[in-house]
Amino acid sequence: MRRGWFLPIAAALGFAFLYAPIVSLVIFSFNESKLVTVWSGFSTKWYAELFKDPQLLGAAWLSLQIAAVSATMALVLGTLAAVALVRFRRFKGRTLFSGMVSAPLVMPDVITGLSLLLLFVAMESLLGWPQGRGMLTIIIAHATFCTAYVCVVVQSRLSDFDRSLEEAAMDLGASPIRTFFDVTLPIIAPALVSGWLLGFTLSLDDLVIASFVSGPGSSTLPMVIFSKVKLGVSPDVNALATIIIGIVALGVLGATILQLRARPKKARP
Amino acid sequence: MAKKPQLAIDTRPWRDPAAKPFVRIKNVTKKFGDTIAVHDVSLDIYKSELFCLLGGSGSGKSTLLRMLAGFEQPTSGTIEIDGQDMTQVPPYNRPINMMFQSYALFPHMNVEQNIAYGLKRDHMPKGEISDRVAELLALVKLQDYGKRKPHQLSGGQRQRVALARALAKRPKLLLLDEPLGALDKKLREETQFELVKIQESLGVTFIVVTHDQEEAMTLATRIGVMNQGEIAMIGEPTDIYEFPNSRFVAGFIGSANMVEGVVTEDEPDHVRIRSAELGCDIYVGHGVDCAPDQLLWWAIRPEKMHLSREKPEGLNGANVTRGIVEDIAYLGDMSVYQVVLDSGKHIRVSQTNSVRGNPDAITWDEPVFVTWGDNAGSVLTV
Repeated sequence: MRRGWFLPIAAALGFAFLYAPIVSLVIFSFNESKLVTVWSGFSTKWYAELFKDPQLLGAAWLSLQIAAVSATMALVLGTLAAVALVRFRRFKGRTLFSGMVSAPLVMPDVITGLSLLLLFVAMESLLGWPQGRGMLTIIIAHATFCTAYVCVVVQSRLSDFDRSLEEAAMDLGASPIRTFFDVTLPIIAPALVSGWLLGFTLSLDDLVIASFVSGPGSSTLPMVIFSKVKLGVSPDVNALATIIIGIVALGVLGATILQLRARPKKARP
Repeated sequence: MAKKPQLAIDTRPWRDPAAKPFVRIKNVTKKFGDTIAVHDVSLDIYKSELFCLLGGSGSGKSTLLRMLAGFEQPTSGTIEIDGQDMTQVPPYNRPINMMFQSYALFPHMNVEQNIAYGLKRDHMPKGEISDRVAELLALVKLQDYGKRKPHQLSGGQRQRVALARALAKRPKLLLLDEPLGALDKKLREETQFELVKIQESLGVTFIVVTHDQEEAMTLATRIGVMNQGEIAMIGEPTDIYEFPNSRFVAGFIGSANMVEGVVTEDEPDHVRIRSAELGCDIYVGHGVDCAPDQLLWWAIRPEKMHLSREKPEGLNGANVTRGIVEDIAYLGDMSVYQVVLDSGKHIRVSQTNSVRGNPDAITWDEPVFVTWGDNAGSVLTV
């Protein structure tokens, strides 16, 4: 077997496997017919239909708010954890801590969701907070697992950060706080932005954890879509899914570009 | 390239007992946990000196430099600069700047912004900053590169930006950590020369850390050789090379033949050492602080010995031994002969190739005599 044509075919099959369903969904979102499986001509009427549906729009707005707030919380917590892991190299239980920080990456969503639900219920009966379940509990739950992602992204950036840059700034007369804002922050900023974008898209996508910890009147977009689909697929869901794919793709693309740019330029001769 | 001595006392304040040192390191010790990185180092450095701290990795030279800069706190001891105790002063309040081994140029700032950074922290007026930056760019010959980012520069250019940035605040003292380490050989030689010129014209005191002895010899007014956290020897390059004070210094700087011997005659004007390894007596033409029958070492540089086919006269029946040429390394200007003595000891003798393509040169497997003067080697007791 020659490698010449084997690799391109393997790659093509792989990509087809991954993207054929998505492509068909995007195509059918422009279908005129009400029947999801029958193509009857190009139309954008389901997009128009979508924007007339207050339930969907409300859920989308809720999801965006949750994503923004939980990504921001995760950014702060994840960055602090990453700094602790990279900068204080030899503290007791470092290995345990770093393992625990990344555990949510591999934890099944069902377990994360269930455990958070139990925690919230227990906290409510013991402390009286958080009262009931809703947007707040979803935000906390999302921040929990997004923190792990932010931590991993920021950690990799910090670990190839040249400490002598900070020393050079201090040597030239900058106080430690000044040094952080003048040198450290600009250099790790791309990692922070890409960590935030990652958290944002993950939160926007999540169905399982949100289902566990949400309450009445606080259904996120994925939850609404899921319940709609159970009653039969309507083409406006295709349209909505296409829009979400677009947003997620932009987020991932942005994060990737920033990650690439953040890589130190190793142009030394 | 080192400073030309004009009047000894003007250019070598360390020879003047009344001179006031500019940097005074007193009994400084630094421990990291249980390991002692620097052990009880005391060192005086004078104004306008170009002092080199020379040592292998782990000798404590970089730790000492980082303590001078303020990045590490001594476990005990004090550091005084220009009469002021700096031990507890944080790095951003010290009148010192440092040039880092990695250069540590801020990647998100261009060359001008990098150089101006320290001046901005001092709240210098904008006009003055741009004048100073232009002046420094001219000094390091990078006038046309002000707007470039560090990753758009070559290694040598980056090194010069780092130097300009470190000089921008006109520090009283400049610390340089392996300043030429990242440059290739040719560029390093040119830059050495420039560095000394800049140092001389500005009159700033330089302390350079290096592991490269050649670099230390060419740059320094004085060298401090460090070994295992301690200063093994402080002296001018010639002192360090010609009059090492210990076996470590003799072996670390340049190459040296070292043999063990026993004192057989101990007179005020001469010493005789019997060395079984060398297969002859060593006659030393000056008194040495030792006792008869004492075991000691004698070190001699390869170029201080002479090879011949005929047996030379020697000195009072000493200073002549014989062996067989085992190997020859031809280096162009000179050849290094590896001679195996009767005792099996190998010694290296270098001879200048003063005759072009000499057909009569001593060659492989020839029996030869090796001889040296009564003052050519160093007697070492430690």
